[in-house]
Amino acid sequence: MSLFKEELKVINIGLKGFYEDLKKVGAKVVHVDWRPPLGGAKVAAILDRLEELKVDIEAANEEAVKKILSAQPTLVGMAKAIDVVPGMKKNLILHAGPPITWDRMSGPLRGAVIGGLIYEGLARNEEEAIKLVESGEVEFDPWHHHDGVGPMAGVATASMPVFIVENTTFGVRAYCTMNEGLGKVLRYGAYSQDVIDRLKWMEEVLYPVLNETIKLKGPINLKNLITQALQMGDECHNRNRAATSLFIREIAPALLDTSFSNKEKKQVLEFINSNDHFFLNLSMPAAKASLMPAEGTKGSTVVTVMARNGTDFGIRVAGLPGEWFVGPAQEVEGLYFPGFTKEDANPDIGDSTITETVGIGGFAMAAAPAIVKFVGGTAELALKTTIEMYEITVAENDSYRVPALDFRGTPTGIDIRKVVEKGILPRINTGIAHKEPGIGQVGAGLTYPPVNVFVDALARFVEVYS
Amino acid sequence: MIYTVVRENAYHDSVTLMLATEEIKAIEGVEEALVGMGTETNKGFLRDLGMLTPESEAATSNDLLIVVKGEEGVLDKVLAKLDEFLKQKVESSGEERYAQSLDGALEMMPDANMVLISVAGEYAGREAMKALRRGLNVMLFSDNVPLEEEIRLKKYASEKGLLVMGPDCGTAIINGVPLAFANVVSRGNIGMVAAAGTGAQEVSSIISNLGGGVSQVIGTGGRDVKEAVGGITFLEGIRRLIDDDETDVIVLVSKPPHESVIKKAIELLKSTDKKHVVHFINGTVDDPDILTAETLEDAAVKAVLLSKGEPIEKEVYTVYDFIEGPDFKSLAKEEAKKITKGKYIRGLYSGGTLTSEAMVMITKEIGPVWSPSPLDPAYKLENIHESKEHTIVDMGEDEFTQGRPHPMIDFTMRKERLVKEYLDPGTAIILLDVVLGYGSHMDPASEIAEAVNEARSKSKDYVTVIAALCGTYGDPQNYAKQKKTLEEAGVHVFASNASAVRFAIDVWKELKA
Repeated sequence: MSLFKEELKVINIGLKGFYEDLKKVGAKVVHVDWRPPLGGAKVAAILDRLEELKVDIEAANEEAVKKILSAQPTLVGMAKAIDVVPGMKKNLILHAGPPITWDRMSGPLRGAVIGGLIYEGLARNEEEAIKLVESGEVEFDPWHHHDGVGPMAGVATASMPVFIVENTTFGVRAYCTMNEGLGKVLRYGAYSQDVIDRLKWMEEVLYPVLNETIKLKGPINLKNLITQALQMGDECHNRNRAATSLFIREIAPALLDTSFSNKEKKQVLEFINSNDHFFLNLSMPAAKASLMPAEGTKGSTVVTVMARNGTDFGIRVAGLPGEWFVGPAQEVEGLYFPGFTKEDANPDIGDSTITETVGIGGFAMAAAPAIVKFVGGTAELALKTTIEMYEITVAENDSYRVPALDFRGTPTGIDIRKVVEKGILPRINTGIAHKEPGIGQVGAGLTYPPVNVFVDALARFVEVYS
Repeated sequence: MIYTVVRENAYHDSVTLMLATEEIKAIEGVEEALVGMGTETNKGFLRDLGMLTPESEAATSNDLLIVVKGEEGVLDKVLAKLDEFLKQKVESSGEERYAQSLDGALEMMPDANMVLISVAGEYAGREAMKALRRGLNVMLFSDNVPLEEEIRLKKYASEKGLLVMGPDCGTAIINGVPLAFANVVSRGNIGMVAAAGTGAQEVSSIISNLGGGVSQVIGTGGRDVKEAVGGITFLEGIRRLIDDDETDVIVLVSKPPHESVIKKAIELLKSTDKKHVVHFINGTVDDPDILTAETLEDAAVKAVLLSKGEPIEKEVYTVYDFIEGPDFKSLAKEEAKKITKGKYIRGLYSGGTLTSEAMVMITKEIGPVWSPSPLDPAYKLENIHESKEHTIVDMGEDEFTQGRPHPMIDFTMRKERLVKEYLDPGTAIILLDVVLGYGSHMDPASEIAEAVNEARSKSKDYVTVIAALCGTYGDPQNYAKQKKTLEEAGVHVFASNASAVRFAIDVWKELKA
């Protein structure tokens, strides 16, 4: 009732001319660069139905995000997948993204499957591997159905060593293989002899050395490492240089105390040091372990999984446990390595979007201005990207912070309502795989999820909670 | 030809170097290029491309590798381009930061108290509801908001003690701030509630030009005063003005509201000591205690008199009772003599209320007027683009504006129509409104003048062109300059719509005599 006694302060939504005029008369005004909801007026009707639901979504989301923020991801050890990953078996191949059948798999995923079967000794060559798959004896399942994540193709087989990351607050564990490095590697669908040889070396040297190192060193606080790395120019998805360096600092003294030869120790350190992305396979399970407790939070519209298999992009929502909402994996806008172009690129692939889901990666772009150039952007664009993500998230992270934003917490907990309502899609930083198996990474850039996954999830949410 | 340059200890971020590579590949004469640090990965690429040389193979990961395959002599161009690129500073765009949503805007301005919404009608209601839920008042400029949604919004706002102006509310002035289409009006003690956009602009402008001032102009949107909505905002506006210390005179401007709304409005006016003027276009109030006005300008003049404590002595006032004007009677005679053809008045308006006022006055004095939305349904124009006898069109109506900007902003349609009407054998008099203020075109007079000049160059005949200039002396378009531009084009300019229409009627009557 006191409006006439106050100074008028206006928010202008729509015609920018009105904003310009208000500025001219010296009025206090903020302009909204408005966009219609995703899917237009039809979807607006779904949004309206949300308000009639009996469930307290705000409270549910707060609960979900509280779980995510209170997570304490810690590297507690290593083991062979078959020994620790729930439901793992010899003829099972885990892969990134939502479920998919062999006939729909993209080049890099097929290549990785072939490589995985050769590595596992189930096939001797490509021909045998394909025959085996077509015989129906090989089973496929998403990593996310087994408490884990895999970058790019994300293929894991029974005897591959995995990191065990425990969210000690909740006592849940997430798993991920070790990062093989750049170029021709299994996760990009390469399966030549040198790829298999490297994987064998990782199993026979890298794994035992690291395993003993971690045992000697004790649990490693990954949340701390990620927090520090964000202040050193990483966003822990497309840039892991600082985090990898920090990891080496963390393990080096204990590594020297292991029972292995100096040659082996040096090899291990050199291998990690030569691969800026070594830490990605730790930031990912850290994110997964942080998000797992939020899965199944009744009435919550917070996203707990975003993942791609190179063909489909899928999300899962806290209040809709066990369900996938799937759409076509998108093209990646980015920069290409010499000799490669957009024509060579496979659509978006990998579970690494788990980082954006937990509030780092593209959401922490402001912390990593160096990589915004992947889309020809500027440092200012990096800031804008993170700031825009606050629009679609529930909370600000209390650990992961961005120096350039005065140490503001990263936007955390994607709310499907906000994504649909505001027409703002989550930003994803990602590597680009060659569409043919066996070639590897051809570039890196930025991409978005397909629109329909959020709209479908919201429609389903309304259906379930009506 | 393969060129290799190694710069030792020259570190650059790999992404910058990838961008540099793209730039260099674009140089004419370059077939393939790699600019990058001497890492194993990059050496691998060079090997695959058949461009690895002993020098590049020897480089370390701290060395910058520039390897180019191309025409002879191309290296100089490459190095020049690269140096320029690496030196290049990306300038901060200095661009203003906009919010992406209402909530984002609230973070930037937590104490906002008004949301001005002009998005497409199908979304506008939702944005308005969001604003109300967050305790903000709303001005809905958007039209095509469903009736049920308007009712829902207004009922919700009432419960929360908030104001919803609109939908389809073109004008408001709150606490001295003009919102959407509004004029630069002096502040004062006259408060207005208007269900008529250009009506509010006309009345507030005349008040200001006559030395009066406005405390608040509360717009309601035209549908508010109909039975279905029941005048929720209209009545709330009156209540607020009654409670407002700065308001001494209350002006109500609307097309005739539903009788239930009129009844409640009158009750409210009678409940206060504050003075009032009521003007319902094409409607009256039969109550001796209620002071009514005949026209918009009459309402403005009476409000100013009341606000200054002066008596109301005339039945109907015009602005020319206070400002100097020509001798209209003789001017009308003169004009009638000049007219060489036709016998009809053609009104080409951009403001809805001004259109209605013109139709009401001409119908009363001359007879029925054709229009896309006529007073008498029998006179509905079948083709809105073809005039018949006396015709008045509001070119701001949906039928005209689909896919185009409003005619107050874009004069293309009105100029075309003006020329067409001028050349029409039936046209004797063209009547226009020229609306100034925020939101409107920055030089509307020149647009109209251009069309009048074009018409006159194409026709030997003389047609009287009359314009009502709606705006204040403080408006950004410069009132005096606008008036002069129109007059130089031979347009008769009036300080109010009613005076302009009255002059058109006078000329027509002289013509007939």
